[in-house]
Amino acid sequence: MATPADTTRRVEAARRARRAERAPSGGWRTIAAKELTDHLESARFLILLVVIAIAAVVPLYLVSGDLTAQAPLLSGQPALFMALFVVGSNSAAGISTVTFVALLVPLVGIAFGFDGINSERSQGTLSRLLAQPIHRDDVVNGKFVAGIAVIAIMLAVLAVLVAAIGALRLGIAPSFEEVSRVVAWLVATVLYASFWLAFALLLSVVIRGAASAALVGFGGWLGLMVFGSLLLPLAANFLFPANTAGTADDYLASTVAGQLFLRVSPAVLYQDVVRAFMNPTTNNVLGVGNVGQYVSSQEQLPSLLSLDQSILIVWPQLVALVALTVAMFALAYVLFLRQEVRA
Amino acid sequence: MTDDRTPPSDGRPGTPVRRRYRPQVGLDARPRATLPPVEADEAADSLEADEPADADDTGPAEADADDTGPAEADADDTGPADAERPRQRRRRTVTELLADVPEDAVIVARRLTKQYGDFTAVDRLNLTVRRGEVFGLLGPNGAGKTTTVLMLLGLTEPTRGVVRVVGLDPTREPLAVKRQVGYLPDNVGFYAGMTGRENLRYTARLNGIPRSEAEPWIDELLHEVRLGDAADKKAGTYSRGMRQRLGIADALVKRPTVLMLDEPTIAIDPSGVEELLLLLRRLVAERNLTVLLSSHILGQVQSLCDQVGFFSAGRLVAAGPLEELARGTDRTVELEVGIDGLPGAIDAVAKAVPGVLSVASHERDDRLRIVTASEDVAAPLALALSLAGLTLVHLRRRGADLLELYRRYVPEGLDGHAR
Repeated sequence: MATPADTTRRVEAARRARRAERAPSGGWRTIAAKELTDHLESARFLILLVVIAIAAVVPLYLVSGDLTAQAPLLSGQPALFMALFVVGSNSAAGISTVTFVALLVPLVGIAFGFDGINSERSQGTLSRLLAQPIHRDDVVNGKFVAGIAVIAIMLAVLAVLVAAIGALRLGIAPSFEEVSRVVAWLVATVLYASFWLAFALLLSVVIRGAASAALVGFGGWLGLMVFGSLLLPLAANFLFPANTAGTADDYLASTVAGQLFLRVSPAVLYQDVVRAFMNPTTNNVLGVGNVGQYVSSQEQLPSLLSLDQSILIVWPQLVALVALTVAMFALAYVLFLRQEVRA
Repeated sequence: MTDDRTPPSDGRPGTPVRRRYRPQVGLDARPRATLPPVEADEAADSLEADEPADADDTGPAEADADDTGPAEADADDTGPADAERPRQRRRRTVTELLADVPEDAVIVARRLTKQYGDFTAVDRLNLTVRRGEVFGLLGPNGAGKTTTVLMLLGLTEPTRGVVRVVGLDPTREPLAVKRQVGYLPDNVGFYAGMTGRENLRYTARLNGIPRSEAEPWIDELLHEVRLGDAADKKAGTYSRGMRQRLGIADALVKRPTVLMLDEPTIAIDPSGVEELLLLLRRLVAERNLTVLLSSHILGQVQSLCDQVGFFSAGRLVAAGPLEELARGTDRTVELEVGIDGLPGAIDAVAKAVPGVLSVASHERDDRLRIVTASEDVAAPLALALSLAGLTLVHLRRRGADLLELYRRYVPEGLDGHAR
């Protein structure tokens, strides 16, 4: 005989079974959705958006005077639309939208990741979150995805803004090829930001205090920006000394080694990718390896590359950038999985 | 619930062992470890339907088994754990360890051990909580209560030992366990930027509960924990007590069958505690929940728990129904006696009272004497003392409250940290 309490229990058992079938195995999606909402509503999103917008629009505004003046000369010039992004103004120390973005994007990546895990811990929400029927990696996956999404949104807004100003103020209409180049640049930039986001997430796993994680993150960024370009060639020079008495080939070998070392840095990799994507005439981002190559590169006629050719040129850089990002994320992921919930 | 370990001060030879394992038709042959989640649930359901009185009549028996429990407990229970304890002679299999588990056990731990480096946080813990029971884990801060709860939830991996929650291994099937277990962590926190309601909604989403189902339930829960008015305020503005109540609601969002509450009454004012305990009691009765709660505040737990376990330095030193523990391990009665004057005068008078076994000085208060007797001799003793011309100023039976039990089982004392 079924009592009412009995029936209630059975109904609940059935409800649980149904829920089990529905399997919130996409727990990361729930977390990513929540994190994304948090990001979009946060003050830091607004501030960074404003900073990025200023960084993008101000050089464009400064350069637009030059562009209009030269418009008659430039009409018919290939890839004029790209000029909006890459041309620097004399009055702004040659800083263009693209260089500004390259400078700021690591900041954005760090800003959306440095308090990912440690804030959950200090708020006391982590153990509650992990007690829900989700996998532990859902937390770090969801946060990573949300971070990438918010950065992508931000950069897309920026690109549309620049394009719109270009179209309205300067009357430059993009061609399909040019639009796809800008999209490729956006993707590469999001990838580069993801590296910094993964780096920041790693810090948020390892460092308990959000403030110190942020400091270490920005320190790492500054270090790489400032000292990377100084120290890495120095290391190369130490290993492959450029002997003044040596031959031209010796000298070139040293230079190439220096460039190779530089490419450990994601900043340099990204710079190469941007150079290839945003300038269709770029046909070589690597340094020359020997005198023969140097001569042939001098003899080459400037020609426009299609996007797929440009991608081909920087494919190694793209792969390296992906690999660095994956490695960074994997480190954060593994450390988080091995960490005690409480401690 | 039972603890298969001998309490240090315990000696009760000759108590007959009453087995608490009761084979159920059609279920006994199935090894628990392999029961799939739904089946386990159904099995437990049907058990309960068949035998509603089960918990009552087997309760005391479990406590009796304290010192004569299954062979496993005796094997190496030769004393307190030292770091260089010789390796076990033989590693017991999971089946062996779980052989004595009653059918309606919801939370089971056998020889559960957690080590952080050289430090043993939880040491060979044996624990059984049956369906519908409220079990209180008592012990000072740092005794291993939270670590135990985390292991039961699968949030921390045990170094050794076996855990079964609702028939499942939390380490191997964490999701299935977490789907049925509501957890209120120690020092619970919420997303400060979201309202209380939004916080609960998030938990509901993480549990895969559709919105249409979740909304009325969340309303009901918020009302039940008396946060109806504050539900749409940011959780960052909540007081500690409100957070704690929201935490209870949060643990209930998934409609759990088991609740694990880590220090649920901490930081709540006395009237709030009373309310919370009432709420818990009601929930346990209405929803037939099994509750494991940890606390270092004794009185609060006393009224709520069917069973208590004392935790000290990672070991469960005693466990059972409160009255069982209170009755004393050797079934003698201890009376604290104080007179107006030097306590030495008590000795001769007390020893003359029939039933009195010994008279000793009090451990902490030298104005008192402890009279141990085979039965409650309070009345004859009082009479004898007054006939002897002594004025009785203090007469009290020991072991009747939790504080004393706590003192007895937890040598570090109330405020002493385990390490």
